[in-house]
Amino acid sequence: MRLEARSPVGLIDVLRAGALAALAVLAVAALLVAAAGAPVGRTFGLLLGGAFGSVFALSETLTRAIPLMLTGLAATVAFKARLFNIGAEGQLYAGAIAAVAVGGGAVHGPAPLLFAAMVLASVLAGGVLLLGPALMKLWWHVDEVVSTLLLNFIVLLAVGALLDGPMKDAGALGWPQSVALPADLELSKLVAQTRLHTGLLWSVGAAVALWLLLRFTTLGFDIRALGANARAAVYAGVPVTRTMVCVALLSGGLAGLAGVIEVAGRTSYVTLDLSPGYGYTGIVIAMLAGLHPLAVVGASVLVAGVLVGADSMSRSVGVPSYLADVVVASAMLAVLSASMLTRYRLRFDRPVSQASAQAPS
Amino acid sequence: MMLLDMITTVPFWAAVLRVATPLIFGTLGVLLCERAGVLNLGIEGLMVVGAFAGWFAVYLGLPLWGGVAAAAVAAAAFGYLHAFFTVRLALSQHVAGLGLTMLTTALSYYAYRVAFPKVNTPPTIQPFAAMDWLPIPVLQQQTPLTLFALALVPLLGYGLYRTPAGLALRMAGESPQAVESQGISVARVRTSAIVLGSALMGVAGAFLTLAAFNAFFFNMVNGRGWVCVALVVFAGWRPGKALLGALLFGFFDALQLRLQQTDSGFLPYQVYLMLPYVLSIAALIVASRRATAPQALMKPYIPGER
Repeated sequence: MRLEARSPVGLIDVLRAGALAALAVLAVAALLVAAAGAPVGRTFGLLLGGAFGSVFALSETLTRAIPLMLTGLAATVAFKARLFNIGAEGQLYAGAIAAVAVGGGAVHGPAPLLFAAMVLASVLAGGVLLLGPALMKLWWHVDEVVSTLLLNFIVLLAVGALLDGPMKDAGALGWPQSVALPADLELSKLVAQTRLHTGLLWSVGAAVALWLLLRFTTLGFDIRALGANARAAVYAGVPVTRTMVCVALLSGGLAGLAGVIEVAGRTSYVTLDLSPGYGYTGIVIAMLAGLHPLAVVGASVLVAGVLVGADSMSRSVGVPSYLADVVVASAMLAVLSASMLTRYRLRFDRPVSQASAQAPS
Repeated sequence: MMLLDMITTVPFWAAVLRVATPLIFGTLGVLLCERAGVLNLGIEGLMVVGAFAGWFAVYLGLPLWGGVAAAAVAAAAFGYLHAFFTVRLALSQHVAGLGLTMLTTALSYYAYRVAFPKVNTPPTIQPFAAMDWLPIPVLQQQTPLTLFALALVPLLGYGLYRTPAGLALRMAGESPQAVESQGISVARVRTSAIVLGSALMGVAGAFLTLAAFNAFFFNMVNGRGWVCVALVVFAGWRPGKALLGALLFGFFDALQLRLQQTDSGFLPYQVYLMLPYVLSIAALIVASRRATAPQALMKPYIPGER
C-alpha cells in the first residue's frame, strides 16, 4: 500500500470524500447504539431533535457553540502558524479566573470600564499562559504539545487551590466556587426565556476579525508563511520571534476570552466544571473547519449540536452521552483521512520503478 | 532531619517503584514508536483502553495475566489504527494522536457505562498480590507486573541495539530511505513499532486497574500518558535513561505525597499535586536544549517523494 498524488482534485471528489466520511461516522455511531441495545433510528432522531428540533434545543446548541467557537479559533490561529497549542483548556480557566479576580468585587469603577478591564485581563491571562510554551519552543526547542498539555493540569490544580482558598465564595456552603460577577458585568440574553446570550455576537465577531486578520494584514501573511514553510518564511524576511509571540497572544487570548464569555454569559462564577473539555474540542473544530476561521462558526454549531443532542437523547433512551465524544473524535479522524484521500490515492501495489526494474528487458 | 527520615524508609522506596511502574511501560511504549519515527500522542487514551480492557476481562472471569494480555491486544488494535492514519495516510501525527486519545477515551467510558449503567461505586476485582516470597526488601512489596517492567528495560535495549529488527526500527526513525534501500518496507517496520509500543501503553494502563487499584475509575490515567511523552525526551530516547526518568518521577511523586500528609494546612494540597507536572516541564526544558531526537521523527515517508 502506498500513497500516490491525484491531480486534479475536482469538486465531485471533495463532495464524495465528505459524504464517505459522514457515512463512516454514522456507521460507527449506529454500531455503538446497537451495542447498547437501543433502537438506532429512534436514538438518532432523538439526538437530532435534541440539538435542532425546537427553539429551546437550538438555543441550547448555540449557547454551547459560543465557547467552542472561541477555542476553535484559538486552535485555528495557532495551528496555522504550526504552533500546536493543546493548552486552550488551561487558558480558558486562566481567563475565567482573571475575569472573576477583576470583576468579582475587588476592583470598583463604572460598569463599562470595569467590563473592558475584565475582558482585557482574561485575554491577557490566556495569552501570557501560552507565551511561555511558545518562547520555550523558539529558544530551546521544547515541544509545545507536551508543555501545553502538562500546563493544563497545573492550571487546573492552581484554579482548584484558588477556589479552595483566597478566591472561595464564603457563602457557597463548602463548594469550591468563586464569588459571582455583579449583574451589571454579565452579558445580556439574546433571546428571552433561553440561556442564549450576546456572547454569540462576540464569538462570531472574533471569527470574522480573525479571518480579516489572516487574509488581509501583514501579520496574517507572516502567520500563514510561518506555518506553510518556516525556512522559506525566514528567507522572505518574516520576523519569526515577533510573529510567534503575536500568535501565542492571539491564540491564548481567544481561549481566555472563551473563559470570560462563559463566566459573564452563562455561569457568572467559576467552578472546576466550568469547561467539560472545550479546549480539546476546539482542536477538533479547527481541524473539521480546515483551519478556516469562518468555517469554525459552522463546525462549532455542528459539534455543539452533537454534544447537546446526545445529552438530551441520553436522558430519554439511556444510551451513554459519551457517544457524542466518540462521534466528535471519529468525525475529525474521518474528515482528515477523507481530505488526504482526495489529494492522494492509496495503491495496493509496489512502486512502478521496482516493478519495471524486475521485468526482463 | 525529617526529610531524610522520610526518604530512607522501605515503604517510601516501595511507593517510588509502584508509581514508576506504569510510567516504565508507557515510556518504553512511546520510545518504541518514536525511535521508528512516529509520535504517538494516543498514549493517554490507550492507557485508558488498557485500564478498562484489562479490568473488564478479569471482571468477566479471565485470570489476571489474561487481563494484561487483553489490555495489550486492545491497545495494540487501536495502535494499528494510529499506524494506518500516520504511516499509510501520512496524517499529521500530532492531530491523529490527539484524535486517537479522544476516540479511545470516549469509547472506553462508553463501554463502561453500557456495561454498568447504574453503578456509582465501581465493581472491584482481586488485583495482583505482592511478591512476598522474594527476599529483596523493596521489590518484595511489588506485584509481578513491576518485575515484568524492570525486565523489559534490558530486553528492549537488547532488541533495539543488538538485533537486525532493532537496527531496522532505529533506521526507520533516522533515515527511512536507507531502510527502503535495503529492501525493507518502512511502512511495515513503523507499523510494527507502533503496534508493539501501543501494546505496552495498554499494559501501563492495566497496571492501574489490576495492581495499583482494583477497579476502573473515570480520569484515572490523569495525564500519566503525557508525562511519559515528556520522559522520553528527558531520556534522550534511550531505554536505560527512560527507566531512570520513570524512577525519578516516581521519587518526586512519592515525596510530594509524603510532604502533603505532613503538611498541616500551610500550603494547599494542590501545590503538592502540581509538583510532578512542574518537574516534567523542567525536565523537558533541560533535556530539549541538548536533545538529539530521531532525525525522521514526525516526518511521514512517502516513497518517491522527498
